[in-house]
Parts: sequence; structure tokens; C-alpha cells
Amino acid sequence: MPVADFEPVIGLEVHAQLLTRSKIFCGCSTSFGAPPNTQVCPVCLGLPGALPSLNRAAVEMAIKAGKAFGCRIAERSIWARKNYFYPDLPKGYQISQYELPICSGGAVPVPGLGTIGLTRIHLEEDAGKNIHAESGSQVDLNRSGVPLIEIVGEPQLRSAEEASEYLKALRLSLIYLGINDGNLEEGSFRCDANVSVRPRGTQKLGTRVELKNINSFRFVRQAIEYEIERQVKEIESGGKVLQQTRLFDNEKGVTRSMRSKEEANDYRYFPEPDLPPLLVSPEWAAKVQVPKLPHEVLDELTRSGVAQADARTIVADPRLVEVHRRVGGDPRRAALFVVGELARAVNEKEADLAALKFEPAQVAEVWKLQDAGTLSSTAAKEVLAELIRSGKPPARIVQEKGLAQVSDAGALEAVVDAVLARSVSEAEKYKAGKKNLLGFFVGQAMKELKGKGNPGALNELFKRKLGD
Amino acid sequence: MAIDRAQVRHVARLSRLALSPEEEERFAAQLGHVLEYIERLKAIDVSGVEPLSFAGEASSPMREDLSRPCLPREKVLAQAPEQDGQAFLVPRIIE
Repeated sequence: MPVADFEPVIGLEVHAQLLTRSKIFCGCSTSFGAPPNTQVCPVCLGLPGALPSLNRAAVEMAIKAGKAFGCRIAERSIWARKNYFYPDLPKGYQISQYELPICSGGAVPVPGLGTIGLTRIHLEEDAGKNIHAESGSQVDLNRSGVPLIEIVGEPQLRSAEEASEYLKALRLSLIYLGINDGNLEEGSFRCDANVSVRPRGTQKLGTRVELKNINSFRFVRQAIEYEIERQVKEIESGGKVLQQTRLFDNEKGVTRSMRSKEEANDYRYFPEPDLPPLLVSPEWAAKVQVPKLPHEVLDELTRSGVAQADARTIVADPRLVEVHRRVGGDPRRAALFVVGELARAVNEKEADLAALKFEPAQVAEVWKLQDAGTLSSTAAKEVLAELIRSGKPPARIVQEKGLAQVSDAGALEAVVDAVLARSVSEAEKYKAGKKNLLGFFVGQAMKELKGKGNPGALNELFKRKLGD
Repeated sequence: MAIDRAQVRHVARLSRLALSPEEEERFAAQLGHVLEYIERLKAIDVSGVEPLSFAGEASSPMREDLSRPCLPREKVLAQAPEQDGQAFLVPRIIE
């Protein structure tokens, strides 16, 4: 059977670092990029006798995620020890949740796929980091004890493409919730994929393989596609898919077996004796505020008149949503500014969304000048571009660049009269029916006014003077 | 319940313990006794009893999310068998 006769079944497990200031069980800082082993203490080093003390903010963020995805929030969940040996795990076990996680059920809305069900979301601590070198490995324990939620998705995904869409939607949702920074490169959002294949039309699940070390959306697709093909080939050639953990090698684009971890799959979970059960009262859960998710913001934008494509561009970056909100005024016009002038400036590195130089509310001042006829639409664009670059008040930009249009009737009339006085023959022809000469007159006047005449007003004036 | 030496070896490996053949023999017998005791406990009818995961169902006291000073790195690394002034050094991890 060719690959097309097999149906892939994919479930993703995502580890997301929570944006707390301190670690989950101790007061060490969680900030990224500090010199190795400078953010550690007896608790996260696993020194004998040190006891964990739970960070309330980490629990609250897990509740927030649970509420956002419609999970059941457990009033009582328990901590478990997951035992395995690895140099980056100083205690020899990871404090996690096993039998009774804080959140279960729920679903993640994914554009184009409806919703993808969740099995559970649980809290746990991160391990340290190994830096591999030829001679040996360095261990940095700054990350040891950073709070994580593990979000376990149901095996409802049917292609590498769907897996990637789900991941993108989940990542953006967590960013909107303010509980994760979505940074795949720095490892604050990590993904493992469980992949199996079965002949199309059958129900029984195939043997699943767990893929690790996938740290970009492109690699997610590559790793899953490679693995699907590998499993199909294995079955085709009369072999069997072995249940195992495979590592994605992003340089070669292949997955390979992680023999060292095979035996370690015996984690010998047992309840963590150092931590009492985690109790979340319904009152506490009810008090946790849940910000709007991306699909809700998208609906709001399109309902307010913003074009679908523009709304999607804005929603893809919460910073754009914030600028759009602060620009205010007509939502459609504000959206055009965000996906137009602002996006262009960002592309050309004239603006940095992380550190805007201008106050978005000032955009409305430019519109006001444009609507009053003081600025032509071209001039308004120029003022907006400069506003984004420098943050100077629009009125000052108009003055400095000399962009104000001449709309004053007296000043325009003098110019119109002068143009007509020296274009007698053209005026005759116009009156005789050659109406397209109007453009010639306006052009002459514009020349005189150095391009700053209000074209609408000039049109009207010429027509009136020529007897139309 | 009897436990054989292969099982002892497996558990020892998971715990990174190097046991001599005599120790394997001795622990197989001792662990067998522990398991026998567990078998006796299993005979007790506990249907309807919630599994106890923690002695005394105290609610978890929680800490506010404030970061505190950490240990100085010299102190952190001082007791490591091998270190390079920045990190712990371990044999090369091959994946």
C-alpha cells in the first residue's frame, strides 16, 4: 500500500514555561540567559533536606490555561515523582503530576480545524540544560525548577500540516493568556509528537513512536512527515513499528532511535511526599481572569468592519492588537493603518513593535488634519510615516515638512485667476466643450502652489470661473 | 512473591547501583520478603477507601511569586567532583 493508503494519527505534548518571576518550588529567578548556575539554590539543586514551596502564580497560570480551554479544574490534585537518571535532573526525579492533574478535558480552538481535544494539562518543574562538547558535557541548572505546564492533546491530528496548525494556535493562545512567551528557539515552548499510522478505514491504533527535540514549526512538519513515511515503509517491508522514543535530527532531517532512554521509560511514579495535595477552591478558580483568545479577538475585529485578511494579520501578533486598540477611532481605518503604514515601517526596520516611538492615539490627529482638507492623502501618509519614525506631534511634522495644503479660498482664487489670465485660448476651448482641459488648469495651479493646493477646491474653483 | 535476579538487576540499573552477584542474590531474597508483605496488605478489603497520597490532608501552603537571591556560584560548584568554574562537568552524553 502506498503512503496515501495509511492514515497518520498524531497527538502532541507541549511543554510551556510559565511566565513567573520565580521558579515553581523556590525563589530563584527564572530569567533567561543568565550566566550558568547563577540562578540556583538548595531546592533546585536537589540538595539533601531542602523542601519545595509552591509558587501561587504558577498554579494560577495553570488555572488560567484550563479555564481558557474549557478544562475541568480539579479541586484537589496531587504531585508525583517521576524518577529517572539524567545529568540535568539533580534530584533524580522530576516533581510532576500524574494520576490527578490540575486540569483535564477541554479543547483548543484551531482555525480551519475546529477544536482539538485536550487530555489534560498538568504542572511540573523543568530540568536543567546540558551543553554538549567533544570532551564531556556541561550542566547548567538555571532552568532546573522553572515552572512548566504540559498540555497533552488528544490524538485527533491527521497530518503534519494539522499538527503544525494546532501548535501555532496553541502557542498564540498561550501568548494571549500572558502565561508563556512562545519562544521556540529559547525552549520556552517545546513539543513532543506521538505518531502512529494505520490502514485507512480501520479504527485500531498503530504502535506509536514518540518524537523529541522538535524546536520549530518547520521541524514539526519535517519530523512528522519523515516519521510517517518511515513507519509506512517499515510495515510495507513486512516489519513492525517498535514503540520507542526517537530524536529528530534537524540537520539531516531524519528521526533516529534514542536507545539510552528506552529503559528509562520505567518512571516509577509515586505521590510526592514533600508536597501536600494542591487544593483549588471553586472560588479561587472563579476569580482567575481569562483574557480573550485569538479567535475571539478575530471575531470582534471582523464584526467591527475590519476586513478578514487584515484582522488575521493583526490577530497573529498581540502587539498589533494592542496598537490597533490604542489607535482607536474607526476600527477599519485603524486596521488599515496597522497593516499598512505600521507594517511597512516594521518591515523596513523603521519601527520596532517591542519599543514603539509614537503614541498610537496620535494617529487620529493625522486623520483629523486629512479630513479637514489640511493634508492631502499623500501628505497624510508621509506624516504617518514620520510619526512612526520619530514620534513627533503630527502638527509639528506638517509644519516642518511644509505639508499643509492650501485650502484658503482667497489664496486659491488668486492663483486660479492668474492661470486663467495666461491661458486664454485653453479657456476658450474648454468653454467650447473640451472639458478634459480641467486637468491642465488644475495642474498649472498646482505647479504654482508647489503641489500643496487642495485639488478638490481647485477643481471647484476652475469649474465655477469657467461657467460650469 | 518471589523476585528473581534479573528483576533485581533491572531495578538496580534504574537506580544506577552496581551490585555484585552475592548482593543480587541477597537483595532478591530481601525484596521478595517485602513483596510478600505487600501481598498480605493487598488481601485487606479497601474498596470504598480513597487512596492516601499524603499523610494529613493539609492544603498546600503557597508562596508569593517573588524572586530571592540565589547561591554564589563558587559555593554551588564547590562540592562537584568536576567543574570548570561555570558549570558541572559530566561524561559526554551520547544521544
